[in-house]
Amino acid sequence: MLIPCPVCGMRDAGEYHYRGDATAERPPLAEEAAEPWVRYVYERQNPRGEHLEFWQHVHGCRQFLVVRRNTETHEVFEARLVGPFGQGE
Amino acid sequence: MAGFRLSSGGSRIDRSRPFTFTFDGSPVEAFAGDTIASALMASGRSIVARSFKYHRPRGIFSAGAEEPNALVTVGSGGEREPNVNAATRLAAPGLEVSGQNAWPSVDRDIGAVNQVFAPFFGAGFYYKTFIGPLRRSWMWYEPAIRRAAGMGSASLDPDPARYEKANVFADLLVVGAGPAGLAAALAAGRAGARVILAEAEPGPGGAIDLEEATIDGAPAAEWAAMASLELSEMANVRLMPRTHVWGYYDGGVLAALEDCGGEGETRCRHWRIEARQVILATGACERPIVFSGNDRPGVMLASAGLAYVRRYGTAPGGSIVLFCNNDEAWRQAALLAEAGVKIAAIVDPRTEVPGTLAGPIAAKGIDIILSHVVAAAKGARRVEAAVIAPVGEAARAAEAARIDRPAGEAEGESVPPASPGGVFEIAADTILVSGGHTPIINLASQAGGPPVWREEIAAFVPGEPRQDWIAAGAMTGAPTLEIAVNQGAEAGTLAANALGFNAVAKELAVQIQIQGLRTSIQDGGLLPLFEVEPVGEKPDKAFVDLQHDVTADDVRLAGREGFVEAEHLKRYTTLGMANDQGRTSAINGLAILAGERQMPIPAVGTTRFRPPLAPVPLGAIVGRERGHHMRPIRRSPLHHAHLEAGAEMMHAGLWLRPRVYAHKGEGLFAAYTREARHVRAKVGIADVSTLGKIEVAGPDAGTFLDRVYTNTFSTLPVGKARYGLMLREDGFVFDDGTAWRLAEDRYLVTTTTAKAAEVMMHMEFLLAAVWPELKTTLASVSDQYAGIAVAGPRSRALLARLVDGTPMDREAFPFMGVRQASIAGVPALIARLSFSGENAYEVYVGADCGPFLWSELLRQGADLEVAPYGLEAMGTLRIEKGHVAGPELNGRVSAHDLGLGKLLSKKKPFVGKPLALRPALSEEGRMELVGLLATDAAFRSGAHLVAGTEEAPGASEGHVTSVTYSPELRNHIGLAMLKGGRKRHGQTLFAADPIRGAHCRVEIVSPHFVDPQGERLDA
Repeated sequence: MLIPCPVCGMRDAGEYHYRGDATAERPPLAEEAAEPWVRYVYERQNPRGEHLEFWQHVHGCRQFLVVRRNTETHEVFEARLVGPFGQGE
Repeated sequence: MAGFRLSSGGSRIDRSRPFTFTFDGSPVEAFAGDTIASALMASGRSIVARSFKYHRPRGIFSAGAEEPNALVTVGSGGEREPNVNAATRLAAPGLEVSGQNAWPSVDRDIGAVNQVFAPFFGAGFYYKTFIGPLRRSWMWYEPAIRRAAGMGSASLDPDPARYEKANVFADLLVVGAGPAGLAAALAAGRAGARVILAEAEPGPGGAIDLEEATIDGAPAAEWAAMASLELSEMANVRLMPRTHVWGYYDGGVLAALEDCGGEGETRCRHWRIEARQVILATGACERPIVFSGNDRPGVMLASAGLAYVRRYGTAPGGSIVLFCNNDEAWRQAALLAEAGVKIAAIVDPRTEVPGTLAGPIAAKGIDIILSHVVAAAKGARRVEAAVIAPVGEAARAAEAARIDRPAGEAEGESVPPASPGGVFEIAADTILVSGGHTPIINLASQAGGPPVWREEIAAFVPGEPRQDWIAAGAMTGAPTLEIAVNQGAEAGTLAANALGFNAVAKELAVQIQIQGLRTSIQDGGLLPLFEVEPVGEKPDKAFVDLQHDVTADDVRLAGREGFVEAEHLKRYTTLGMANDQGRTSAINGLAILAGERQMPIPAVGTTRFRPPLAPVPLGAIVGRERGHHMRPIRRSPLHHAHLEAGAEMMHAGLWLRPRVYAHKGEGLFAAYTREARHVRAKVGIADVSTLGKIEVAGPDAGTFLDRVYTNTFSTLPVGKARYGLMLREDGFVFDDGTAWRLAEDRYLVTTTTAKAAEVMMHMEFLLAAVWPELKTTLASVSDQYAGIAVAGPRSRALLARLVDGTPMDREAFPFMGVRQASIAGVPALIARLSFSGENAYEVYVGADCGPFLWSELLRQGADLEVAPYGLEAMGTLRIEKGHVAGPELNGRVSAHDLGLGKLLSKKKPFVGKPLALRPALSEEGRMELVGLLATDAAFRSGAHLVAGTEEAPGASEGHVTSVTYSPELRNHIGLAMLKGGRKRHGQTLFAADPIRGAHCRVEIVSPHFVDPQGERLDA
């Protein structure tokens, strides 16, 4: 699998570290109830097909990417930087 | 033994270079270019192997990668290589070859008694036999069964061979250098594309040398040689012979194995090929027809017979019956006869064949027996006769008439001699068989949709591509050389143009000498036939998968027992799971299952093909990454100082760290207890460079650390350090360490050695994805600093001699203080921290200055008796203090379990807090950290804590995590996790270690063994 890093270019998946589901919604820091945290930590959809995932380019620029990918065919559609630098061109 | 070498011919052998090698100790004559199989065949040897389950004698069945029988062991000692395909491995002078799965030899095999027990070894033997009351007996029978059933055995010695791994990139990868592959590579190569042409065989052409045809006016084999030469002269084309592409992975990545042929030091090379476009031209493989006794030595694929004649000048036998259902085999029969091979008869179930094919056969005096099949091979150590039976109309006629017919001839068809039911025998030592051709679609299937059934060739062809590949040639079912070669040229043109090159399609003119062959893709020239019904009483077994000894009856039994899906059939019977990957057996098995279920073959479907397509030695995957190259070794900047000090080094994770600095004649125990005692009494220095170090900077650094640690860091004054605990999101303990406030907006965070990388990634994720608004940066400085712990009552005195720029007295430099100063003239960070419980300091200097500082500490502290201490003593000191480390921080403990609940701040949110406060993480009866005191003998970590004696131990209540001998307590002590442990101080339990045979009485105590009030810290 190849992932196009917006900083470094097209790189092999072996340079990246998978960091999980990018659609899981993290409760706000101040949230004290356990239930939303249980959902965030343990509950995953594991969809077949298109999915958003976090990948860190650990052996490159170390940036975190949100990768849009097909979990069935492993086709990578898009990878953008996490956070403000990944919004728009 | 009578040999079968012909007096002339053999395109691959050099008769001027004869040599000998040995097979099971006997010499075998060979010529340069012979494979092990061709030389054995030429020598007249029939039995070259014993079968997997029944130990039946087996001969050579094919001339290529599809070989199911002729697996041999090559070499001896560490170089012994089992399960080598004799049909593809070249013979070499002096090579030691031995038969497998047989004792004492394949010729005389005692294991053949398994044939007597054959009824017990049917489909699902293991599943059926070792369930119910017999299940426990599996352990008893397993070794015997594993010895009896199997293949060659690997050497237990280290493999002296060298293996390599390499990467290569291309615009276009062409897999297979047969006619289609060559044409494809030429078309794309001429257009300028960077092309790799990979071919499993040593030379180009594939099966083109079995054709009588011309391409663009040149004889086919010559055309192939010229094409290969032209390609080799192109700078943009790379030819990779002896390279078997075995896996097609995502993103245009293919795996291949190059057999380096024993030249040079490397045995084989694993290639990772990345290509933008791929052309698959992997050809087709002839398949047999299943009949009774079809595994007898002397039964062989028809095309293999021709291959041995043409390539190695060796006849497959002395007298041959050819059994086929297709036109192609008739063409091959004519070529065999032309080469002087004696064919007694050709048997075909069809009622008619084209006259252009039958004519040349009849002219050679070969009996043509249509409407008949070979129903059985007779013979023991080799075929002695073929049993011929009528089919269809002929069978009905024979059955209806039940009359004796006179022998005679009518219209070129020989009338069989009279017998009941029309069954008769023909004496022969060889039966060549051809049931049609099965495209080798494995790679296409790995990177494509389900294979598609083509009725006219009775085989599956590639399905829809799911990556950028085009299939060409025989693997698409192309029936003639003309179609195959032009498909290749077209595919090469298409691929090159898709890559942006400007290739021009050019049709190749092909003339085939023997006419009458099917010429269109719609005409298969074949009558589908997969299995022949046995005749007579007690027929011999009929094998579908020769390599795994799966019979037609096994397949039917599996079907009756409900294993009706192709994937289930495969796993229940092991059909197609041997290292030939079912090349010659898969379709026949599916056809028999379809017959049993009375449904069409495509409705049964195929199994999904998976890599590897061909056997791959593990050594090739490992490459050079073995022994100490298996993983990187990290060395601290002080590594050489440790070696100079006589340290015994040990692996700790990736690190190589000093275990003890043993004096002459001193054992491990004496050394580490001396070192630990020395620290408590005088002063020691230890290398702590391996700790993770992260610089956290920016105006929000304090806020960030407040969220990452369970306790508060934003209030930490500049010049102070604090112990901190980190949790995972799920509330369990992640890591611990200290953070030092170097400036208002700058901290140095230390982590444990083991978790350094994970903590860094955790922090990076939080900053990038969760709190991007925090103005904080992270930098890993683990490798930039060398760290030395200076510990013991004399540590202050030692440092005072070297440090400039900060007072060292206890009030001016208090416990947990951090100072930036210079030491021995080197800029340094000094923190007054203690892992040992003594007054101690951690000194960090630039990594390059570490060795200098180390030697200065030893030199200037000589009169203070400073001495280095290693990992073992460090462990002793921290266990004596009850400090947790890796063995306790195992990912399953909560802060409560470690007695660190007070570090969970109630005033602020932090990572993991809501889930750490779940009641279950601090409930009664959880495993809690305790100390252990030995009351009789030493105990070991990993032991379980139980209440009972060795005879009746009772259930585990916890386990021992760390142990050491405490010089301070003069006893063996340890740390453990124990159910409800904190309320159980004073109780006595046993540390049970049944595997290593120990059951030691221990007393549960507080984990703070030494100086529980911490008075020595401020000494």
